[in-house]
Amino acid sequence: MGTIHVHNVCKAYRQYPNRWARLLEWILPFLGVRHTVKPVLRNINIDVKQGEAVGIIGINGAGKSTLLKLITGTITPSSGSVSVTGRVAALLELGMGFHPDFTGRQNVYMSAQLLGYSVADIDRLMPEIETFAEIGSYLEQPVRVYSSGMQMRLAFSVATAHRPDVLIIDEALSVGDAYFQHKSFNRIREFRSLGTTLLIVSHDKAVIQAVCDRAVLLNAGEVAMEGPPEAVMDYYNALLAERGETRIEQEQTADGGVATQSGTGTVSIEAVKLVDLQGASVVEVQVGQPVSLLVRAQVHTATEQLVMGYMIKDRLGQTIYGTNTHHLNQTLYDLDQGAVIDFNAHFLVNLGEGSYSFSVALHASDTHIGGNYEWKDRALVFQVINVGKEHFVGSTWMAPTLEIKQ
Amino acid sequence: MQMLRALYSYRAFIAGSIVREFQAKYRNSLLGALWSILNPIAMIAVYTVIFSQIMRAKLPGVDSTFAYSIYLCSGILTWSLFSELTNRCINIFLDHANLIKKINFPRLCLPLIVLGSALLNFTIIFGIFTLFLVLSGNFPGWSFIAIFPILLIQMMFAMGLGLSLGILNVFFRDIGQFFGIFLQFWFWLTPIVYPITILPEQIRQVIELNPLTKLITAYQNILVHNLWPDWSTLWPVGLVAVLLCLWCLRLFRRRSGELVDEL
Repeated sequence: MGTIHVHNVCKAYRQYPNRWARLLEWILPFLGVRHTVKPVLRNINIDVKQGEAVGIIGINGAGKSTLLKLITGTITPSSGSVSVTGRVAALLELGMGFHPDFTGRQNVYMSAQLLGYSVADIDRLMPEIETFAEIGSYLEQPVRVYSSGMQMRLAFSVATAHRPDVLIIDEALSVGDAYFQHKSFNRIREFRSLGTTLLIVSHDKAVIQAVCDRAVLLNAGEVAMEGPPEAVMDYYNALLAERGETRIEQEQTADGGVATQSGTGTVSIEAVKLVDLQGASVVEVQVGQPVSLLVRAQVHTATEQLVMGYMIKDRLGQTIYGTNTHHLNQTLYDLDQGAVIDFNAHFLVNLGEGSYSFSVALHASDTHIGGNYEWKDRALVFQVINVGKEHFVGSTWMAPTLEIKQ
Repeated sequence: MQMLRALYSYRAFIAGSIVREFQAKYRNSLLGALWSILNPIAMIAVYTVIFSQIMRAKLPGVDSTFAYSIYLCSGILTWSLFSELTNRCINIFLDHANLIKKINFPRLCLPLIVLGSALLNFTIIFGIFTLFLVLSGNFPGWSFIAIFPILLIQMMFAMGLGLSLGILNVFFRDIGQFFGIFLQFWFWLTPIVYPITILPEQIRQVIELNPLTKLITAYQNILVHNLWPDWSTLWPVGLVAVLLCLWCLRLFRRRSGELVDEL
């Protein structure tokens, strides 16, 4: 009970150039095949043992949801086989089959029946569902007056009312408030300890690492990597960074340097890199880790003054820190054409967990208003993670030395 | 066999859905389920008053005030069962696309829900009509029970046809559009409003080919003339109905995977 075997599974969708082509193919099959096959998943092999927790990660469009649908059985594989033993509960989309005009209680019956429960089962599970959802008297109100969080609470409570042998979760837990997220996670952990097999799709590194024994990275419809969650997540982050860079480059060519990049081009930014003490490129930095920002500039036209500045922004675009070589009293003067300058800023990443970006600029004086050579937003994106430091919140790290007098 | 067992384990869902569908219609109304009775009463009243009292329409050969309204009702009520079933079956997969894609449950629940809820509506309407027959002294007699086997044939015919087209409609949405138009012609090509005897001989032969002509005529004969149906004209329709159902099952087996991909 509770095993998942995915053996050599391929899933491809048929694409017809137009509707008439399908009709022709159906009516006159001897005239040849008119569709093209668009593969979504290729040669997927995944075995999950009873009681194991496996995380599936991958960028949007990697085929994660398709894989989950194959495992839950709503779609059939083009080739290969999928076999799942035991009772499966899938949290693919919470609140499926809710009717807005019926009360919460009636909808509990409706969606539990859709999952195959009998009325007697539901009567028995009802008090448990009621207490877990904690929506109080709203249970007797029509679902259309619910907030989306309340709907989600009720739907989650129904879907997990009975411990399944296999629980499949597709990022469903990202909704709901922190309190309920915590509560639903506890329930999932409890199921796990009782032997439920878990399959989770998430972009949240913390979730995967906290819950899973193993992670599978899907990329472009194939299993790119499988192994311990931490190793797979690191690989995934590298993949993301690579993607981030190419995207930025694409943006530059498409925008013609309007948004991401501006300036006269007198001096250009040739390279921006974030490296650790060993000089290796990093996209993931630990709180308090010493790093260096490397900026290579190339002088195209001889220039009198050059200032390099950078800013660190959080994911909302708020500047966390910024400075330039003018303020650091290291303005460069009288540069010849063709000169290559390497700026190397060493600092400690005293930042809170999260995603940050560098904006880098080359200009003539203290601000870029007086002669902007080149300005690059989001020149580099990096992640800050907390490893080994005591837990804290916020975007800066200012660890106190604590004294307590009694 | 396995399919039937799966359906059986979902019987609570099927029964629950039929009831909820019925409730949903009158959910936010003050009179509630009373509307489901008022509607057919109004319909029967309109036909009776207009045709038998105002227009004084008479069926050829029958000398009764209510004969034409009974004729009309027996055709229209059974026709509307047919058209409700086919219309809903044609869109059944499209209407439940989200459910089919996200949740793994026996797909055959859906047509059973449609069938159940159409039957529920029909039972109410036809029950009221029967009551009207009894009260107005026009109840036909024992031949009334022959209605049930004919209804069975008609439902099988409607389900087989509707579901086959429903599967095809997922791939070619034109079918749903076309069938809506086709159904209007079909209504007038079936002797529901007019008796077939008023048609010229050649046209009558064409109309006789229409499987619904046999069914509807049988109902009218029972309800208006208290005549037992001529089974020899009905069994070919029954055969067609069975074949349609089998074809529909085969089509579903072969295309169900592709069908979900297309939704």
